[in-house]
Amino acid sequence: MSRRSVVVTGLGTVNPLGLDVESFWKAARAGVSGVGEITAFDTSDFKVHFAAQIDGFDPEQWIERKEARRLDRYDQLFWAAAAQALEHAGISYEEDDPAAHRAGVVVGSGIGGMISFQEGVDTMRERGPARVSPLAITQIISNMAAGLVSIEFNLFGPNTCAVTACAASANAIGDAAEIIRRGDADVMVAGGGEAPICEFALAGFSQARALSTRNDDPQGASRPFDAGRDGFVMGEGAAALILEDREHAVARGATIYAEVAGYGMSSDGYHVTLPRPGGAGAARAMDNALRNAGLEPGEIGYINAHGTSTVANDATETAAVKTVFGDAAASIPVSSTKSMTGHLLGGAGALESLVCILAIRDGVVPPTINYETPDPDCDLDYVPNSAREAEVRAAMTNSFGFGGHNVSLVFTAP
Amino acid sequence: MERAEVEAKLTDLLVDELGLDRDKITMEATFEEDLEVDSLGVVELLMALEDNFGVAIPDEEAERITTVGEAVTVVMEKLG
Repeated sequence: MSRRSVVVTGLGTVNPLGLDVESFWKAARAGVSGVGEITAFDTSDFKVHFAAQIDGFDPEQWIERKEARRLDRYDQLFWAAAAQALEHAGISYEEDDPAAHRAGVVVGSGIGGMISFQEGVDTMRERGPARVSPLAITQIISNMAAGLVSIEFNLFGPNTCAVTACAASANAIGDAAEIIRRGDADVMVAGGGEAPICEFALAGFSQARALSTRNDDPQGASRPFDAGRDGFVMGEGAAALILEDREHAVARGATIYAEVAGYGMSSDGYHVTLPRPGGAGAARAMDNALRNAGLEPGEIGYINAHGTSTVANDATETAAVKTVFGDAAASIPVSSTKSMTGHLLGGAGALESLVCILAIRDGVVPPTINYETPDPDCDLDYVPNSAREAEVRAAMTNSFGFGGHNVSLVFTAP
Repeated sequence: MERAEVEAKLTDLLVDELGLDRDKITMEATFEEDLEVDSLGVVELLMALEDNFGVAIPDEEAERITTVGEAVTVVMEKLG
């Protein structure tokens, strides 16, 4: 029995480079950095003073005021991305539409409502338990974004959440595709987000020695694969894709942007934060995704790397790509858009899936910016500093999370 | 505090802290039906009343409040 083909028919995002898909994509092709000094709070006691923040996001553009004020920023960002994606796909359901029972949501987030968590604990410590908001729990839990999108847009099918750190929204997309493949839904909103820019998350990642401390040059701080890299740059944002059974999409005359061709996972089984040296775990995820897609390594025309700009990730990911792609590795463009967007943590996999799909659509590969000094351990074609025209028939994106979660997704031309 | 003053202050609270539409707020408006304030919103409202009027409203008394006007009355009673 041939498996159902799952395609992408809608895209949405809110991230440090743009408040919608096309403005984001324009900035990414132009090599713009979304990193700047943190404005949300005073960072003078912190080792790191910068992040990739979203300027000018007005939740009330998407969400009624009464509702918007009850939500964590993470929920607001994913809501906006999902709303854009549904509109882009031309999908909407009335509450009594039987088709709404065949439409669902999978969201992914590393942490969920971290800002609300911090505020809630502050309130309890300062003012006592009776002053904790009745909304504290609903604002914190990662899955709530999927629940909210279901409530607002009448999506009554499968509804769930992946929480696998920086691999979360890649899992969300892969899992949503599998839900359609096994026949449990025809349409899925899949993606994720993160809103981590608060004191507690900045302190925690900083103490884990995961963040760049290039305070004198924030826009140059995220420099994946460059010899001078010294950690990732925290970023906020969300992205959502509309996944759809191909026959369903064709029947309603939808525009198809790509096929979700492959989904592979593995676990490093090695360390809570560090990748296994040599990248064997990452390589297995890529291998599994290729096999799932039924593609040979040489058929991949673009890899959107996890490329966090940490010393360890970029070297092991490079080694893993060489293990999987062999002789072909040298000729495949590999870029890290985190050089521009910062690291959206749980939202990264969805945003970078969106990049792969747009690369396929437009025949353009976005650059790795801030690439100046080659590192002998990172010797692939990283599309340094300028976007490149390239016909991409198949693209892979990698996402690796604390805990050793490795996820690779493969998208192919429609 | 005069009743009109409490009414005005409560109306501002409902707009600023619960995000309600000022045009819909009348003294006869019910929280549940007219203003669509859910059970979580009711708890927020009680906390806002306590914070802004300096009055404590136990849950048993809070259950009697169904309209904006009744909330004003309870606050007036507490203020003495």
